[in-house]
Amino acid sequence: MDGFLVQIINGLQYGLLLFLISSGLTLIFGVMGVINLAHGSLFMIGAYLAYVVAGITGDFWLAPPAAIVGGLGFGAVLERVLFQRFRNREHLDQVLLTFALILLFEEARASLVGNEFHAVAVPALLDFSVPVVGGFAYSAYRIAVLGICLLVAAGMVLFLGRTRVGASIRAAAENPEMVDLLGIDARLIHTLVFAAGTALAMLAGALAAPLQSVYPGMGDSILIASFIVVVIGGLGSVGGAFWAALLVGLIDTLGQVYFPQIAGIAVCGLMALVLSWRPTGLFSRA
Amino acid sequence: MTRLGPRGNLFLAAAALVLASMPYWSGLYDMQLASTALIAAMFALSLQILTGAAGLVSLAHAGFFGVGAYTVYLLGAGSIFVTLPAAMLSAGIAAAVIGPIALRTRGFYFLMTTLAFGQMLFFLFHDTPLGGGADGVFLTRPSMMWTVTKSARPAVFLLLNLVTLSLMYLGLWWLMGTMFGHALLGIRINEDRMRATGHDVQRLKLIAFIVSGALAGLAGHMAALTDAFVSPEILDWHHSAEALLMILLGGIGVLHGPIVGAFALTLVREFGQSVTERQRLIEGMVILAAVLLLRRGLAGWRR
Repeated sequence: MDGFLVQIINGLQYGLLLFLISSGLTLIFGVMGVINLAHGSLFMIGAYLAYVVAGITGDFWLAPPAAIVGGLGFGAVLERVLFQRFRNREHLDQVLLTFALILLFEEARASLVGNEFHAVAVPALLDFSVPVVGGFAYSAYRIAVLGICLLVAAGMVLFLGRTRVGASIRAAAENPEMVDLLGIDARLIHTLVFAAGTALAMLAGALAAPLQSVYPGMGDSILIASFIVVVIGGLGSVGGAFWAALLVGLIDTLGQVYFPQIAGIAVCGLMALVLSWRPTGLFSRA
Repeated sequence: MTRLGPRGNLFLAAAALVLASMPYWSGLYDMQLASTALIAAMFALSLQILTGAAGLVSLAHAGFFGVGAYTVYLLGAGSIFVTLPAAMLSAGIAAAVIGPIALRTRGFYFLMTTLAFGQMLFFLFHDTPLGGGADGVFLTRPSMMWTVTKSARPAVFLLLNLVTLSLMYLGLWWLMGTMFGHALLGIRINEDRMRATGHDVQRLKLIAFIVSGALAGLAGHMAALTDAFVSPEILDWHHSAEALLMILLGGIGVLHGPIVGAFALTLVREFGQSVTERQRLIEGMVILAAVLLLRRGLAGWRR
């Protein structure tokens, strides 16, 4: 029973990481109408960045800020150079552009750091266990990740709900044409959203690095999971992504532990179930 | 999407004759390469009636390809006259189960739904004992009308794949000329108008989805037959994206585009492998160039 409780916390923590990734994905689609299949690769880049930063400086805590700053810059460049041109292109073009980016990112990663699996040590400060209910011990670092993700989520809710820029972003996700007509600088909003989404995915990668090993295909498995989150939550809905991420995180984690053979199928099945009931996701207004 | 006229088809037939004569003038390796290209062409062509004709971008098709291929493995050593229809049937059934749910959605949701269903099939063969393991399995080839010696295999499979692709192309060429084909084209251009003029759009799309899935299964069957090996890799969504790439590369606006695209991509890969170990770099660059510059594809540049 206590093992079950630990798995529940694990599931919530994985779900919150998924939320960091899929909130950016859902906003990028909602605001820009762009499908970014390379979003999982950004997660992978963030994890490798943490591995490299922790390896060079010996201090893991530099990695998350580095992922955020690097992600903002990288995302802004990607948006201005490539994604901006693909806003009004067909889905097929967007799929192939971002598929090409996956190949290029993977190849760049292979050239720079190689194809090996790497472990990133849990930072010494948090390398201990905290007793939870029932005398069970739980990794302090995992609890810290849980806390950081919740803080980011709260910050995002405040930013989107309480600031002018946040209101513009919500408006753009709701009705992109209207935002153009209202005289809001849509281009700036697009760059901002894409840069923030990239930074969030890379931050998630950096935070996840000590939890799992850092390996070449890690972007791909998280990509599928976060797309399922986005679809279940409803495109463009950050709140929907939050609840859907927790749901997918729980089902996937519990599935991996108790029914490892069908965990992958179960998560996809969940999405099929939701879509056959509500074809545009649980939290969309349409 | 347009079809070739008689002159264009004559040109394709000439190209097919060149391939058919390969056993007389080429080495075994090149014949195997040609088979690879022919199978890729079948796979991409099966997707063309969805993507090119009806405008539906599906990422589930590698799943149907895989179901077709794994059918050969699961049936064990049988006759090709059993495995071939069985592969098409099982892939068609998979498409008939997935299609109604996926087709409830449109646009981005359709893309994501097909991606998830495709991955579901991937996990089915990757994680459960059904598929014989994550690393893939060798299979016994089904028997054909004659026993084929090992040295004759590349030539026999080249011809078999060539005939299969030709029949598939001719079938689709005919299909696109029927009312059904015209209705699919109408959906791509304006779905709401088709609905308003009394067409059962949902049913048309579903039929196209099933036909396309069954043909992808046929391509998978030929791949299993040619390689005598199946692995979950072939169900991965990257494989679906490659089929879409062949369609775009060859030309989304013309029925024979995917065939041109499949041969172009196979040659680019072969070239890439010969000059560098980083062949994904070359493939990525080719895709970027195709998406940014070659919007109508190699075969569609005149229009």
